[in-house]
Amino acid sequence: MSEDVWSASDTTPEAIDAALRELLRERHAADRTVAPARVLNLIVVVDRAWKGEIANRLERVGRYHASRTVLCAVEEGRVSLDARASMGYDAPGVGGVSVMREQVEIDMGPEHLKALDTIIDPVIVSELSTMLWCPHGHREAIVALRGMVDVMLLDSGDEDLAADGLREAAELQASAYVVDLAWLRTTPWRERLAASFDPSDRLRALDGLEAVEVRHREGSEASALLLAGWLCSRLGWKPEMGASFDDGPALISAAKPDGRDIQLRFEPSQQDAPGLAGVTVGCSGGFSLSLDRAPGGLRAREAAGDSERSWQILGASRGEGGILGEGVRQALLRDPTYAPSLHAALEMAG
Amino acid sequence: MTVVSGEPRSGLEPGENPLVEGLERLPVHPTALVIFGATGDLAHRKLLPALYNLAHEGALPERFELIGVARREQEHEDFREVCRESIDLYSRRKPDPDVLAGLVSDVRYVAGTFDDDAVYAELGRCLAEFDERAGRPLNRVFYLSTAPQFFPLIARKLGAAGLDRREHAATRLVVEKPFGYDLASARELNSELLEVLAEDQIFRIDHYLGKETVQNLLALRFANALFEPVWNRNFIDNVQITAAEDIGIGGRAGYYEGAGALRDLVQNHMLQLLALLTMEPPSSFEANRLRDEKLKVLESIVPPSPEAVDEVAVRAQYAAGVSGGKPAPGYLEEPGVAPDSHTETYVALRLAVSNWRWAGVPFYLRTGKRLARKLTEIAVTLKPVPHLAFQSTGSVGVQPNQIILTVQPDEGVSVSLGAKIPGPRMRIRPVNMEFHYGTSFMSESPEAYERLILDAMRGDATLFTRNDEIEALWGIIDPILTGWQAENDAPLPQYPAGSAGPEEASRLLGEGRGWRRL
Repeated sequence: MSEDVWSASDTTPEAIDAALRELLRERHAADRTVAPARVLNLIVVVDRAWKGEIANRLERVGRYHASRTVLCAVEEGRVSLDARASMGYDAPGVGGVSVMREQVEIDMGPEHLKALDTIIDPVIVSELSTMLWCPHGHREAIVALRGMVDVMLLDSGDEDLAADGLREAAELQASAYVVDLAWLRTTPWRERLAASFDPSDRLRALDGLEAVEVRHREGSEASALLLAGWLCSRLGWKPEMGASFDDGPALISAAKPDGRDIQLRFEPSQQDAPGLAGVTVGCSGGFSLSLDRAPGGLRAREAAGDSERSWQILGASRGEGGILGEGVRQALLRDPTYAPSLHAALEMAG
Repeated sequence: MTVVSGEPRSGLEPGENPLVEGLERLPVHPTALVIFGATGDLAHRKLLPALYNLAHEGALPERFELIGVARREQEHEDFREVCRESIDLYSRRKPDPDVLAGLVSDVRYVAGTFDDDAVYAELGRCLAEFDERAGRPLNRVFYLSTAPQFFPLIARKLGAAGLDRREHAATRLVVEKPFGYDLASARELNSELLEVLAEDQIFRIDHYLGKETVQNLLALRFANALFEPVWNRNFIDNVQITAAEDIGIGGRAGYYEGAGALRDLVQNHMLQLLALLTMEPPSSFEANRLRDEKLKVLESIVPPSPEAVDEVAVRAQYAAGVSGGKPAPGYLEEPGVAPDSHTETYVALRLAVSNWRWAGVPFYLRTGKRLARKLTEIAVTLKPVPHLAFQSTGSVGVQPNQIILTVQPDEGVSVSLGAKIPGPRMRIRPVNMEFHYGTSFMSESPEAYERLILDAMRGDATLFTRNDEIEALWGIIDPILTGWQAENDAPLPQYPAGSAGPEEASRLLGEGRGWRRL
């Protein structure tokens, strides 16, 4: 990939904007086959010390790069703005167009966050959707940018207590559409559960569900609660409040529409990757289905009476880079099932 | 807290899966896919890599089984190795070793000729074993990636072996192109397949319909209020649809000699583009609603009488020339081509859609091999403005607006507009407003075959051609073939390889019009 770069110390948002325009004009004049991507602005506010790590995570999102990424690195004691703007592009194929991605890095101090909107406004592409990600907190940035942000990217699993992360997601929903990485980690599990119960005979078994166990990495309770919350909201279960994750597995009961109860169990599991390790659903009549992480996808185990079957469900792991890329892509989509799932998860988390 | 739709369910509707709402990837019923012609080029380059990519993305059914059928004698493990090699070579992404291993580990291979009952007996045994192992009947998809003469034979044999239907599961047949070589043969093939299977079991592939940009034609027309008001004879002067290739026939003389440009590209891909461009808005994008509208517009295209073919069609062959800076042989010099061949490598047509919306608007179609560049596009030229208040002196002047939909190589839409040239005088010249898909979507388009295989497994026939539609397509082409057949004593016009095509094609356009530059 080639890159055109501009940088300046003690600069202003207007100068950054002018530099971006000039970089674009120069590149376009030099090569008409290079065109700027125009999909999404992504604003990332990070602690200066972790800027490199976050930049690396953003590099690993694969093809789901925002068209203009503005990385704000906050450093204690800094009073001026230093900035670097770059435009990256590949050589176009024969007869094709090469798409240009723009990245702006702005080093700033904590005092800049209160009026961050006045810094960001000139440097984003105004007609595009804008997504904000503050992986290190920075509430002031969220407050300052609330009016210009369409989508908030967060990881409700980042907080020490799952309830805190879920509550923050719920609060932010009031001002923007929320894309939650903890929710996206449940996507393959939701897809596979939906597929497992799609055949008509299995669909009838949904009514007879009696127990659900969600296995998760320690620290990924938010994902586990969101998966259980999804089942609750889709199947009309009313969970009781206050699961405790302090001491090993957590157990919660939910009332089904027919008045019977269902047990929801959350079991910590040893695994490296954040997110879920497995899920088991059990129905009346002895039918149960387990899905567990396995190389190349999930391992499915089905038991009914005396018979037991096991098979592999194919699918490559997306990795954390892939999850973040998926989070960026989701900025342009709307999932109507997240909010009810979050609501149910919050009730369980108490 | 804001709760956006997706209200919690209070109870379940019969037959409705409440878990699918909001999912991008909809469930696919457990399926066994059988590829006839599994050692052929299409399976090697397209089908097997497409299956891998579906597996990689977790898009295959939770239970998926694959069986290859072909004449070559080999063991299961040999075929698994063929699968690995195809995927390694042609997958659009680097294969994940665990996913690849999982996909091919239990692939089966059945060797034999397609007329051999033992092949179908063995197939039945494999399929029954898969059902037994799954504890449920799997859906069955038979993909005919074979020479077309085997389509009816395989369908008959499947029927005779009782593999055409399965209680509590669906059985589908995917048929590759070409579907017939003229109207009579297409009708006969339809009739032969429909003797064994119901129409909703048959999926006739035109892989063009699986391309994102082709589907986007529908979005452009029916999701934008900007275009539909001018999409008629009152505003549109003419339409040119071009599918140009810069390569020759390569090693495909065996196929191409019996096909030619008209059958190879016009009868299917280009007429499908024309149908999508001109059809009325369907009430929904359900398969039959969409295909009903395509059929209506195809039936509005009046085919020429065989005697009048020369008035609306031009055919030609490429002669030796220079392509990409290198000498290129003429068609008649290509290996495997008969020295007196009358197979056309270029065809241009003028068609009319005789209905209220399009009466009087000419539709020009052209396709050819060894042309100046590779390009597939639709150019819609609007009528000129009724009065010009501007001087044209010193500029190229005001030109009619054009809407260009490019399918390849550079997918996008451009609209030409008249704009004032900076300066003291009011001079106008055309400028382009361009939209490139690559700049506006982060997603990489899936291969057409990935989409179509998945749709066939899901039983969604929206992007497949229905029996009456295929006959309507041949109904337009057939008189042209008949007319040309009667003239096969005369040599065909020639065009130099690397050129824009034969000069004779210009006569179709009439005065004041020219083909767009390639």
